[in-house]
Amino acid sequence: MDIFLQQILNGLLLGSIYALVALGYTMVYGILGLINFAHGDIVMIGALVALSVVTALGTSMPVMLVLLIATATAVAVCVALGLIIERTAYRPLRRAPRLAPLITAIGVSILIQYSAALVWGKQYMSLPEIVKPGKIEFGGAQITTTQAFIFVLACAIMAALLWFVKTSRMGRAMRATEQNPDVAGLMGVDTTRVIAFTFALGASIGAIAGVMVVLYYGQGHYFMGFMVGLKAFTAAVLGGIGNIPGAMLGGLLLGLIESLAAGYMGDITGGVFGSNYRDVYAFIVLVLVLMLRPSGLMGVSSGDRA
Amino acid sequence: MSTLKAFDSARWVKIALLCVVLVALPFVIDATLGRAWVRIIDVALLFVMLALGLNIVVGYAGLLDLGYIAFFAVGAYCYALLASPQFGIHGSFLVLLPLGAMVAAVFGIILGAPTLKLRGDYLAIVTLGFGEIIRIFLNNLNRPFNLTNGPQGITLIDPLQAGGISLSKTYTYDGFAIAPVHLYYFVFLACALLTIFISLRLENSRIGRAWVAIREDELAASAMGINTRNVKLLAFAMGATFGGVAGGLFASFQGFISPESFTLLDSVMVLCMVVLGGMGNVRGVVLGAILLTALPEALRYIGPLQQQWLGRVFIDPSDLRMLLFGLALVLMMLFRPAGLWPSKTRQRELIGIDATEKAGG
Repeated sequence: MDIFLQQILNGLLLGSIYALVALGYTMVYGILGLINFAHGDIVMIGALVALSVVTALGTSMPVMLVLLIATATAVAVCVALGLIIERTAYRPLRRAPRLAPLITAIGVSILIQYSAALVWGKQYMSLPEIVKPGKIEFGGAQITTTQAFIFVLACAIMAALLWFVKTSRMGRAMRATEQNPDVAGLMGVDTTRVIAFTFALGASIGAIAGVMVVLYYGQGHYFMGFMVGLKAFTAAVLGGIGNIPGAMLGGLLLGLIESLAAGYMGDITGGVFGSNYRDVYAFIVLVLVLMLRPSGLMGVSSGDRA
Repeated sequence: MSTLKAFDSARWVKIALLCVVLVALPFVIDATLGRAWVRIIDVALLFVMLALGLNIVVGYAGLLDLGYIAFFAVGAYCYALLASPQFGIHGSFLVLLPLGAMVAAVFGIILGAPTLKLRGDYLAIVTLGFGEIIRIFLNNLNRPFNLTNGPQGITLIDPLQAGGISLSKTYTYDGFAIAPVHLYYFVFLACALLTIFISLRLENSRIGRAWVAIREDELAASAMGINTRNVKLLAFAMGATFGGVAGGLFASFQGFISPESFTLLDSVMVLCMVVLGGMGNVRGVVLGAILLTALPEALRYIGPLQQQWLGRVFIDPSDLRMLLFGLALVLMMLFRPAGLWPSKTRQRELIGIDATEKAGG
């Protein structure tokens, strides 16, 4: 029973990180109808920038301050990167046929990955042990204080985002642009600015998610964005792409599915499908959702969107 | 037009010249640049086949496939498992190549089926995932029983051989040696020419025009009576078939395959060949494939040059290659979306009708 609870906790924790990354995909897709392949790599850049800052600062300052500076730097770098990508690679192609921005997106993704390999090298970078987390017992299962902090922060960011999109002026403009960019433009919404803002918002949340990935796994790598991105995209599709609460739900669910499948499939199948297959489950979920309910759990069914 | 041209003697002279050049090429290269470059040409021909296969999916039908190398892997493993000491089976390539092509085609259909009703973006992601998943399976299927031999890969794969003739032996006629690389060159050349021929014939066939119609406007195409589901699946199966055959040839040529030969980066490289050359245009894609196979070989000299000029190696040539690929994809889409050697219809679609009218008029 405690193993089961432990898997649930791990799943929720991982899922909250997936959910944050999925938000970046879903917001951009909602507004532009574009899969921003480079988003996973923005997460990777956030993670590696934070790692570098933490390594450089070490224990010269209080831990919380170090983490805060690292996160702030990561957010700043990622927002700048997100804006540059939007401006140079996607904006000129906004009216182009569908295939063109998709190919550009994969090109940008490769560019970021190998630029990162150039800057940070190809080896795994590990997080210096600056945090000595306490343990929280929880009905036979346990999580560290860092993990609890990640989960609470992720939930807070999601709540703040929901509130922002629902109530703020910019949030309303985002929703209007999502429904119909041309009409929104006629109503006085500066859609170009809204799209740039969406990229910046997605990138900043992605950067924070990157820091969380580093705290969770304790290491980073130039290619880490690929799997994180693939899973987060799956989460976005699972929840209904373009739907912000859907991405959150999808992320948490995917985290649970992955954690439980990786934990139990090995025993169920007699060791045939052990935890080395854990990356496969997200993909199976993706294919199943696309076959059975392409609009996702919370998405509105519409022929054109899907 | 074409019937009149068929008797055009100048055209036949050109074709005869081309044949002579193609036959002499490996021996000339061998004598001047060395045997390594003959090998590179062999690989380039394989990539021509791969790129043309992907061209059917991306160029003709407009479906973005980011895991194309998986079909190459399926074909390669199909051949390797049934023609190596792994299971002690040594099948003939005459059976195994078509078998690999068929298995790859089935995989193509399985992969395409769930995304058919959806927009192309989903297909891109599903194929991207599939490419990685195939690799995870190849890496891990050494348990519960040893199917793929895991990360170590499969070694000692049989060369192409039939009726006592093996392509792994050197044959000498009057002191004129024909080495395995030369023999493989001719086999690959024949296969590549066949692929080019099929691609060209498909382009203007009923099916080819149906693909293009779907690419331009799926709704209109289905209104015109095209069964979009079957035609899209056919594009997938067809592209995968080419990949499967190329995979089988690759396995026999190398004699060794491992999951590491089939990564995402290889998929991206093939995609680059198609995009760079010009999606939907056979000549362009062939050019793209040859250029991008030769490029890494040229880049190899960059490493020592950096050492010499800057004191140390700043950019690993293979990383530089990937950077250039990424940059090429972005720049091509921004500035020359129809490729270096664009097809006429593709140009019209990707640049816009106004632009071609201006250019043409």
